[in-house]
Amino acid sequence: MGIFIGILEEGLIYAILALGVLITYRVLDFPDLTVDSSFPLGAAVTAILTVKGINPALTLLAAMLAGAAAGLVTGLIHVKCRVRDLLSGIITMTGLYSINLRIAGRANLPFFNMDTIFDNAFVDSFPAFLQPYSKVIVVLAIVLVVKILLDLFMNTKAGFLLRAVGDNHAVVTTLARDSGTVKIEGLAIANALVALAGAVMAQKNRVFEISMGTGAMVFGLAAVIIGTRIFTNRQKVNSSTAAIVGSIIYKACVALALSLGLVPQDLKLVTAVLFLLILVLGGARRKKVKFNA
Amino acid sequence: MLELRNVSKVYSPGTVNENCLFRHFSLTIPDGQFVSVVGSNGSGKTTMLNIVCGSIPVDEGGILIGGQDITKMREHKRYRNIGRVYQNPAMGTCGTMTILENMAMADNKNKPYNITPGVNRKRVEYYRELLSSLGLGLEDKLHVPVSSLSGGQRQAMALLMATLTPIEFLILDEHTAALDPKTAEIIMQLTGKLVREKGLTTLMVTHNLRYALEYGDRLLMLHEGHIVLDKSGEEKAALKLDDVLGLFNEISIECGN
Repeated sequence: MGIFIGILEEGLIYAILALGVLITYRVLDFPDLTVDSSFPLGAAVTAILTVKGINPALTLLAAMLAGAAAGLVTGLIHVKCRVRDLLSGIITMTGLYSINLRIAGRANLPFFNMDTIFDNAFVDSFPAFLQPYSKVIVVLAIVLVVKILLDLFMNTKAGFLLRAVGDNHAVVTTLARDSGTVKIEGLAIANALVALAGAVMAQKNRVFEISMGTGAMVFGLAAVIIGTRIFTNRQKVNSSTAAIVGSIIYKACVALALSLGLVPQDLKLVTAVLFLLILVLGGARRKKVKFNA
Repeated sequence: MLELRNVSKVYSPGTVNENCLFRHFSLTIPDGQFVSVVGSNGSGKTTMLNIVCGSIPVDEGGILIGGQDITKMREHKRYRNIGRVYQNPAMGTCGTMTILENMAMADNKNKPYNITPGVNRKRVEYYRELLSSLGLGLEDKLHVPVSSLSGGQRQAMALLMATLTPIEFLILDEHTAALDPKTAEIIMQLTGKLVREKGLTTLMVTHNLRYALEYGDRLLMLHEGHIVLDKSGEEKAALKLDDVLGLFNEISIECGN
């Protein structure tokens, strides 16, 4: 039971990350490596602010703003400096490593004695039988809010434009909108979500670790691909639900692999090999629209 | 009025592949004129459309709309006044979005794309009517992703979307070339109807000489960046397919085609 709860907790936290990756990879068709650093960026911001005694819930908002700024930088590098998508993400990711260290002040920042979003007067007031699940409940609430807001956004005019730019940027241009600006907005929103995931993870573990973002991109991609593969022919299940389910399944697969005798040091290797398996078994990427027939 | 004044465009300047496509090219299209453009491959037809729309910059010269210089205006801003349909039916629509979402998005052109609902329910009936006027049965598929439509259906949608909001200019880039003859016929009839109804100034590139003669009030033939034939009004009406074909063969043979 404990393992199951652990999988749900972490799977749901990574689901927020997966929703961010869903925007970049599926909607914008942009392989965004910023994720590997915007995840710990969110953690660093929430850690330092929590240490300074700021309300943990407010620190999540600050983390999202920081993440949005990171996405903005990647977008500006890509659109204004005309750097390729993959490289723009790598540049921001590399630079952010130092910034994350500066924000937190060191590579490892614990905050064991402070209130967190999982451990405060409100959560303590849950009835006793819910206490073992209190973390799952808190994460689930955050995931649901993010998912519902994201789904609503995707059906607004701005959301339509965001979906259009990844699908076929020529349509956005002929609608007299700058497709570059739309991409930048999308990257900002996506990285805000990724930073939120990092912040929630830091709050759960009560520590910021500079290395916690390694493999974040792979995790998010794996979750999105698993999710969309499972529900590939079900129109009723939307892609955000698919990404959330994919994240939990992927976390379970990793946990299963580790329980088969692998040690925690093998975690990243397991993550990577599983991702490869999913890519190979899951089939090819969707085709892009070509400019001329 | 749309004007190209002394436009020059050189591809790969300073290399062995230097290719001067246009040298001091000028063209004036009065308001409301429907111009068909024909010419062999590489004659500069699509480049001309791209220059008008700002998809590629010019090396020299200017582009003017109603006397206002738009040479430096960025591509997306030019489309406030311009609708464009491409050769590839997939280019004019978003495949992963539904018919309704595509229509609603196009309907919002030149208005803010903010966080209000993407589809205005009051307009759905209007979209349905427009789609049913195509006679392709699209009005019953509002919630179907556009990617599952046929090329002809997608092109019809692209044309409808390009002309949904008030525009002055319509740019058609071989928009029937990828379609079967029957569908191409339907799309051309729709084009003729929309252009007439909305009084659009239209620039249509086509490889189909018959369409070029049948539709439009003016016919241009381009060859290596020059206008070799320019007929409008009664002169155009008197043109025969054989005359155009003869001239076309002449310039093609020169090129060794």
